[in-house]
Amino acid sequence: MIYKALFPRDVLAELERLQRDMQQADGFLPSIRGLARGGFPGLNVGSTPKSVEVHAFIPGLDPSAIEIQLEKSVLTIAGERKSNMPAREDKSTVHIDERFAGKFRRVIALPDDINPDAVDAQYRDGVLHISIQRHEAALPRRITIQ
Amino acid sequence: MTEQATVAKATETHRSEGALMPPVDVIEDVSGITLYADLPGVPKDRLSLQVEANTLTIEGDLTLDAPEGMEAVHAEVGLPRFRRVFTLSRELDGDKVSADFNQGVLKLRIPKAAHAQLRKIDIRVS
Repeated sequence: MIYKALFPRDVLAELERLQRDMQQADGFLPSIRGLARGGFPGLNVGSTPKSVEVHAFIPGLDPSAIEIQLEKSVLTIAGERKSNMPAREDKSTVHIDERFAGKFRRVIALPDDINPDAVDAQYRDGVLHISIQRHEAALPRRITIQ
Repeated sequence: MTEQATVAKATETHRSEGALMPPVDVIEDVSGITLYADLPGVPKDRLSLQVEANTLTIEGDLTLDAPEGMEAVHAEVGLPRFRRVFTLSRELDGDKVSADFNQGVLKLRIPKAAHAQLRKIDIRVS
């Protein structure tokens, strides 16, 4: 096995390293579930000292058709996006077919200090924004020296 | 039966630097072309559609609600802009494009110019 890191100009390896560094920087230790790139919907995860913010890019859905589950610290986003492709007997031609259609499910492992009772989810312009509060105790506190 | 397949193939003429390429579906029927594009996070007023000569440009700026001081941990949508350019073929009527934008999905209807509508050719058997 040849390590990518042996080739310092490998951009992908650099990006991966950067991503690893970022994940470890903020309590997001590499999880057994990983956080695989790609797939539908696209996910962005961000964090503040008080909350964890998840943006899922799921355009064109009825919010009631999206299922969000939070079990302990595992967040699941699932649903189905209907295809708008013409029926076969239609006299039409499909020139480009890139948009996702069908059932989707994505699972993300969140940090352990989240409060599963303080979750807020909003759907706007095709983006599902889930904000999960963190427990107070986890907030960093400044310790004064006596 | 269909017309020429040269219509609106994804010919990105401009360099799309610093922008994401939105995924699209392009479907052609006898009277025109329907294009769907995924532009999640783009509000209606930040979407720009342009038809110039025979070039169709779709651009949009992403705006996300995020609390102040948020640090990105993982980003699959890593740029705040979408852009995609298509070349329209001659028989399409660029002046009559109609657009509908709903929950991040753009639906464009580009009709064929009247003279380019499908004509059925009778085969005469002698």
